[in-house]
Amino acid sequence: MARQTVIEAIRQAMDEEMERDPSVFVIGEDVGRRGGVFLATDGLHKKYGEMRVIDSPLAESCIVGVAIGAAVNGMRPIAEIQFADFIAPAMNQIIEEAARFCYRTAGDFNLPMVIRAPWGGGVHGALYHSQSIEATFSHIPGLKVVAPGTPADARGLLKSAVRDPDPVLYLEHKRTYRLIRGEVPDGDGLVPIGKADVKREGKDLSLIAYGLMLQYCLEAAEKLAQDGVSAEVLDLRTIKPMDEAAVIATAKKTGKVLVVHEDNRFAGIAGEVIAVIMEHAFDSLDAPVMRLTAPDVPAMPFNHVLEEAFMPNVDKILAKARELAAY
Amino acid sequence: MADSAQVVREQDPVRSVLRADGSLAGDPRRALGLTPEGFVDLYRKMVSIRRADQEALNLQRQGELGLWGQFLGQEAAHVGATMALEPTDWIFPSYREFGMAMCRGIDPATMLTVFRGLTHGAWDPRKFHFAPLAIPVATQVPHAVGFAMGSRLEGSGEVVLVTFGDGATSAGDWHEAMNFAGVFKAPVIFLCQNNYWAISVPLPRQTAGRIADRAAGYGFPGIRIDGNDVLAVFAATRAAAERARRGDGPYLIEAQTYRMGAHTSSDDPTRYRTAAELEAWSSKDPIARYERWLRAEGLLDQAGVDGIGKEAESTAEKMRTRLREAPAPDPGKAMFDRVYSRPSPGFQQEREEFESSLESPG
Repeated sequence: MARQTVIEAIRQAMDEEMERDPSVFVIGEDVGRRGGVFLATDGLHKKYGEMRVIDSPLAESCIVGVAIGAAVNGMRPIAEIQFADFIAPAMNQIIEEAARFCYRTAGDFNLPMVIRAPWGGGVHGALYHSQSIEATFSHIPGLKVVAPGTPADARGLLKSAVRDPDPVLYLEHKRTYRLIRGEVPDGDGLVPIGKADVKREGKDLSLIAYGLMLQYCLEAAEKLAQDGVSAEVLDLRTIKPMDEAAVIATAKKTGKVLVVHEDNRFAGIAGEVIAVIMEHAFDSLDAPVMRLTAPDVPAMPFNHVLEEAFMPNVDKILAKARELAAY
Repeated sequence: MADSAQVVREQDPVRSVLRADGSLAGDPRRALGLTPEGFVDLYRKMVSIRRADQEALNLQRQGELGLWGQFLGQEAAHVGATMALEPTDWIFPSYREFGMAMCRGIDPATMLTVFRGLTHGAWDPRKFHFAPLAIPVATQVPHAVGFAMGSRLEGSGEVVLVTFGDGATSAGDWHEAMNFAGVFKAPVIFLCQNNYWAISVPLPRQTAGRIADRAAGYGFPGIRIDGNDVLAVFAATRAAAERARRGDGPYLIEAQTYRMGAHTSSDDPTRYRTAAELEAWSSKDPIARYERWLRAEGLLDQAGVDGIGKEAESTAEKMRTRLREAPAPDPGKAMFDRVYSRPSPGFQQEREEFESSLESPG
């Protein structure tokens, strides 16, 4: 067991997978000598050389397109999009090609690749360095979307994503990079894709979240306990495929559910979670399922006041959770 | 450059080996390294894919296929390029490369099941070293570069050929991929089948410059050849492949050809082009001029021509029969089988619900 930050866990996962499997390589902007703008690939260029830690020209569509081609060749690329906000130029390659490639083949063909993208706000990143993209990509059949919130999950899910036979969009919340520190297990520490995790047991109500919001929900649960409210916190970890059984189980257990995410509200992940609960746990509910999300505006200016106003935080979660508890 | 490239270098700006009248502008026999049987085989393959292409159009007209995109007039590009590669080299096609697929040994009837709407995928790319057809324009170009980067990492020595039309050269992915390949000296051959028409938009409305010239901007050579000359395509592709295999990086070939048919069976080219233009290109037909040369060289006689024609007829007939026998797929299997290699429990459940919803309610 070692205590690590999220960014250290991500770096270690890439290092371990590259060490284990020579077909694993990293490609992205500034991932080489610079070690990535967040230092996620720090030291990898020196250790593995420029052919396995490839500084790409500034062209996101090509980064993903080249990764697809390499995966066709049996490689296991990890493509880094420097900020999730800049993934849009690569959407054609991700949606029309990566997600549909296997579907357009026969036989034993598959397309193993990972696309890493730092996402989310809270770092004074402003409009183009703060956005959330999970709902947009979770809608696409053929893609898997993961969003870990702890160092152990960040490492375990990235290693699982590299070993997965299909394309995985790996979202790493940049506010968690150095904020969250935690125990990372010895050994492989693989975390299966598609499995949620109860991060705190409770009986009165359930908070469902992922990424940075997981941390805020855990802090809120601690405060709720002081009020005598026992809150369960379910970490989705994988957004798609969603662990529906875990969502249903917590809803049935507590009968009151609040879903929290930082992405925009309309057609967001909360909508899908709530639909699953309504389909499978309606009879167990003691209150309408609630959601707390960012408003339907395109991220925020970087001023602290505006950023706080835009993002869900512990206080907002507490207020909503108390409303739910009192229902 | 290898010897073979000299053959196409002699004429500028459009380099050809065979003149339109079927006479020779170089000495391909020595430079191309082809045996007499090899020369005849190029002819056999062009005749065979043209006949299959016509049969596919007939099948579409008979309602047996949903759509067909003819490659009539582009047979020299399909055959010359494919046969100049090693079988282990990879091809990343666009959507009109049925002829290339046939040259690679993919069963034409199986391939037509895609156009019959029975499946999205008819072959395992790794088995034939032939990527899936790319319907979104130019998306396959970065794939070829990525594949080539993988070959370099593995040291496999495989070369990649990616082909696209003149319209694709306007797309951002094309530029990004050419740029990337130049920076990393990726072993890629960029084969532009410049067939003059992107649906209804002619070349001058697609680009103001010469496509081959653009390679210079990315730091590697480009060449403009007569794309209706199978020997020129063969020579240029072979030279580009040798160059890439040596580690000298990418090469752009602009093969000037002409789309004699419609864009697809849904298109009506009489709305935007003249019969006179079509007629002018008919005189440059890739098969007729090559046949004249083979006959003049004594490599092919009437009996040979007849025999090859019969073979092509038989291939087309078998393709038709086998296509009509292709079973209607099970919807669950056709739609759910290949979305994920490892389906999640939720996805499996959705499939079961989908399948049971199709069962008769009684």
